[in-house]
Amino acid sequence: MNDLHQLTISQAHQLLKEKRTSSVELTKAILARLAKVEDKVHACITITEAAALEQAKEADKSISSGKIKPLTGIPALIKDVMCTNGIKTTCSSKILENFVPPYDATVIEKLKAAKVVILGKTNMDEFAMGSSTENSAFFPTRNPWDLDRVPGGSSGGSAVAVATDEAIYALGSDTGGSIRQPAGFCSVVGLKPTYGRVSRFGLVAFASSLDQIGPITKNAADCALVLNVIAGHDPRDSTSAPYPVPDFTKSLIPDLKNLRLGIPKEYFVEGIQKEVRASIETAINKLEELGAKVDRDASLPLTKYALAVYYILAPSEASANLARYDGVKYGFSYQDTNNMWEAMEKTKQFGFGAEVKRRIMLGTYALSAGYYDAYYLKAQKVRTLIRREFDQAFEKYDALVTPTSPTVPFKLGEKVDDPVQMYLSDVCTLPINIAGLPAISVPAGFADGLPIGMQIIGKPFDEETILRIAFAYEQATDWHKRKPPI
Amino acid sequence: MKLSREEVQHIALLARLGLSETEIEKFRIQLSDILEQFEILKQLETTNLPPTAQSIVLQNVLRPDEAKPSYPVKDIMDNAPQQEGNCFKTRAVLE
Repeated sequence: MNDLHQLTISQAHQLLKEKRTSSVELTKAILARLAKVEDKVHACITITEAAALEQAKEADKSISSGKIKPLTGIPALIKDVMCTNGIKTTCSSKILENFVPPYDATVIEKLKAAKVVILGKTNMDEFAMGSSTENSAFFPTRNPWDLDRVPGGSSGGSAVAVATDEAIYALGSDTGGSIRQPAGFCSVVGLKPTYGRVSRFGLVAFASSLDQIGPITKNAADCALVLNVIAGHDPRDSTSAPYPVPDFTKSLIPDLKNLRLGIPKEYFVEGIQKEVRASIETAINKLEELGAKVDRDASLPLTKYALAVYYILAPSEASANLARYDGVKYGFSYQDTNNMWEAMEKTKQFGFGAEVKRRIMLGTYALSAGYYDAYYLKAQKVRTLIRREFDQAFEKYDALVTPTSPTVPFKLGEKVDDPVQMYLSDVCTLPINIAGLPAISVPAGFADGLPIGMQIIGKPFDEETILRIAFAYEQATDWHKRKPPI
Repeated sequence: MKLSREEVQHIALLARLGLSETEIEKFRIQLSDILEQFEILKQLETTNLPPTAQSIVLQNVLRPDEAKPSYPVKDIMDNAPQQEGNCFKTRAVLE
């Protein structure tokens, strides 16, 4: 048997069900693992040890009375962008450093109803803006495969926690790649569901038309189990889709017969590292061996416009969403002035970090009089074209396959002062948010010991097909079983 | 598209975001670089296209207007930087 902290959700569930371990025992094993590796990777902001052990006891009571669901008693970490009642929710920002939400996000309510053990909150780029977790106002998180490299972002803490067995699984959020890119960089599985699949109620807003919560797990089957719990309509989120939620575990079939896969060639040009290209090509051959019909000449010519569209739309929405941090109702408040406007300006000046300010400025500019049509409206129109191009592709293909990122994890500090280079690391993931599609990143190889992720993109509300492909690929490979040297 | 120092200051004012002298100059250069990346969109003809604000086809989502308990006042006020009684204390808007 693996050490308890190394278990997947399904393995842990089996042991709990057969009473071969308890939730308390499992939680203690994870907390011990946390104590051992956290100093090296810095994945967590808040660890709620006492509350976690209390929840584990409750879960054990429930299990002994015969009530056990697939996630019952299994310890998880949550990205610090989701509100947790009574537990600090900082968004890795100084401005929310001491913010204690009076309510739970819908996803947290759902996890609690399943009697999950919540271990604490993970580090992230401030307000989920970034691709390396270096934009955290508190400390950077390190990649367990090479501590001098970034774990990706913005859900870097969650991805690292799963990769290092500090949690059995974690939740992240994804606005332009923030679940998939760190999952790829850390060699774990990360799923961004279709926009509207998971409620955003209680998710601190970054870009409301792009944000989506999703699971980060050790394998595809676990991803299906977590999605089963967090998906579904929520009347408190008006963009939450009133569609039925299938049992995603039913889609886990280990062959790809009759599936048509498109490989959009635009995702393999400009700046892609040759080892990444080679690994993804090998992975695609594997998908073909598993029965998929692969078209290597698929084309999405509008891909090159996605970066510009994203960096107009996301900052525009962010500049509106972040206007609320005025230092009046909650959060950091600059008091040393007698003037209301100055207090507001200084609150933001000293409360926000550089990337957040940069995006507020960019968004404010794109929305300002005289520039709205040229930037914001234009980007929304090109968004229409990008969405249509994906719709057309999905008439021919059941899913699309690309690298998750053009490179392996980069060094800490390498791109901090060059925003354009940093933004380019999301070039394969952000078109998917623009179109609102589901996509999953799965481990697909290594270059010099550094992880490479493969992204599988699905039709709207067809998470089942991409989970099936991820699952079948995993059954035929063992990249996802490798553990970082830590 | 090169931004001037005055333009940077004007955007900061619209956002009510205080910036140091160093930040003004840094953002002037960085935002100019980023705006240059946006020029690519001019290649696309979009005159008669509808804009997309979000990606799912839901419109006018309504719910019954039912009274429900609010969050505990104390929990909300505990987050207030300054308070007086059960009120948020702010600076005078008109002086």
